[in-house]
Amino acid sequence: MKKVEAIIREEKLEAVTKALKEASYFGITVSEVSGHGRQGGVTLQWRVGDYQVDLLPKVKIEVVILDEDVPEVLHAIRSSARTGNIGDGKIFVFPVEDAMRIRTGDLGADAI
Amino acid sequence: MTVNGSDTAWVLISAAMVMLMTPALALFYGGMVRKKNLLSTMMMSFAIIALIGILFVLYGYSLAFGTDYGGIIGGLNFLGLNGVGQEPSSVYATTVPHLAYMIYQTMFAIITVALITGAVVERMKFSALLVFAVAWFTLIYIPVAHWVWGSGGWLAKLGVLDFAGGTVVHITAGVSALSLAMLLGPRHSYIQKHQIEPNNIPLVALGAGILWFGWFGFNAGSALTSGGLASSAFVATNTAAAAAGFTWMILSWIYRRPSVLGLATGAVVGLVAITPAAGFISPIMAIPIGAGAAAVSYYVMLFRAKKMKVDESLDVWACHGVGGTFGALATGLFATISVNSAGANGLFYGNPMQFLKQLLGVAVVWAFSFCVTWVIGKVLQKTIGLRVSQMEETIGLDLSQHGERAYGGMLR
Repeated sequence: MKKVEAIIREEKLEAVTKALKEASYFGITVSEVSGHGRQGGVTLQWRVGDYQVDLLPKVKIEVVILDEDVPEVLHAIRSSARTGNIGDGKIFVFPVEDAMRIRTGDLGADAI
Repeated sequence: MTVNGSDTAWVLISAAMVMLMTPALALFYGGMVRKKNLLSTMMMSFAIIALIGILFVLYGYSLAFGTDYGGIIGGLNFLGLNGVGQEPSSVYATTVPHLAYMIYQTMFAIITVALITGAVVERMKFSALLVFAVAWFTLIYIPVAHWVWGSGGWLAKLGVLDFAGGTVVHITAGVSALSLAMLLGPRHSYIQKHQIEPNNIPLVALGAGILWFGWFGFNAGSALTSGGLASSAFVATNTAAAAAGFTWMILSWIYRRPSVLGLATGAVVGLVAITPAAGFISPIMAIPIGAGAAAVSYYVMLFRAKKMKVDESLDVWACHGVGGTFGALATGLFATISVNSAGANGLFYGNPMQFLKQLLGVAVVWAFSFCVTWVIGKVLQKTIGLRVSQMEETIGLDLSQHGERAYGGMLR
């Protein structure tokens, strides 16, 4: 099993969840996160002048899948999250040791 | 002296409206600080409502409005509201109960002290703030209120005009804010150029809106009657706020984008500037006064932020000190006795002396406020200390000073 963790643009959340759903990946966890990549932050206005905010609001999507599904999920996320501009985000893939469905106690692939 | 019903109703309603301005100020300031200091910033205003609400009736009213001693200070004849009753005063607001006039004045004293807190947010020790408030109210607000508004006050006798508190309220608070901020020093995160982001601009906008509303009580209420003069001051007040808010919005737009925070700030500056002038000028002149004050305050604020290295955190000086000064001087230009026979003609109506009188009033109150605040602050710094520890500052004053936080935990 693998966990795919995608840090994406806030405004792309709906597009990505829709793409995952259409590809039949139903279990996802979404959180609001802050961060920046190489592009740095954003400039906001104060009463006079402006100030720099380094951390940008982003959305993190986590989905746990079978090893063989990784290419399909990566494709679904990338194609729906991409704008081609700086700040589109990143996707990380981690190995997952085990999983359990709390309601039934199912382990491993049955749990996801 | 007989009580006039409609005048009394207007003055009492105005007093209630001015009371609401201090909670509005708490929102206005609270929205501009970081989340961890939201409550402590609001608490500064609320605690002052309670504190000055007691002190003013105990001795503040008497020392400001009691029998004059040498033009400098009022007597003790109204101590504990002795002799301040349901009959009108023979000197002040002679058509409303003396108590109504007194409580109206109470609200002015409260918001004046609360205004200063914008300069010291996110680092001043709460206990020190309370002691400072008592000393500042006693040694600065009361004397200046007596000089300008008290019967026999020396600036009043000289003919300095201040309709609703440009000098008494805004210059005292604004200039003292600068003085105290210089003494207090910058926030640690200000020195290190960390991001200091406003936690909630909608709170600022709501605060500005309620301030705008309350200001009708502040300015139109200062007519102390419910007739034509109140109406004239009301129109001037709204017009100045509109002109100043619009001007600030345009300035921020020229710079980058039309800013919400900018419009809210500009509106308040316009209200400040029209305060001394509201009942002395033709209402249409509120447009140049509001727009001019916003432009001047904008560039002074920019100068403060870029050049002065003073962390006068919420720019009380640039908004109230500078706005109040602009308005006090504009009163010396635009005042006309065709609007208020108890006023005077200004420079544009053939009386350059009035402008010089206004200039003198401004200079005296600037110097007095700056110096006495410095002394009070210095004494507190050497005795009880003015600031929280660096650790407490980093954690935030909500937790370290009040043991509370503005927003609850994760669980809903």
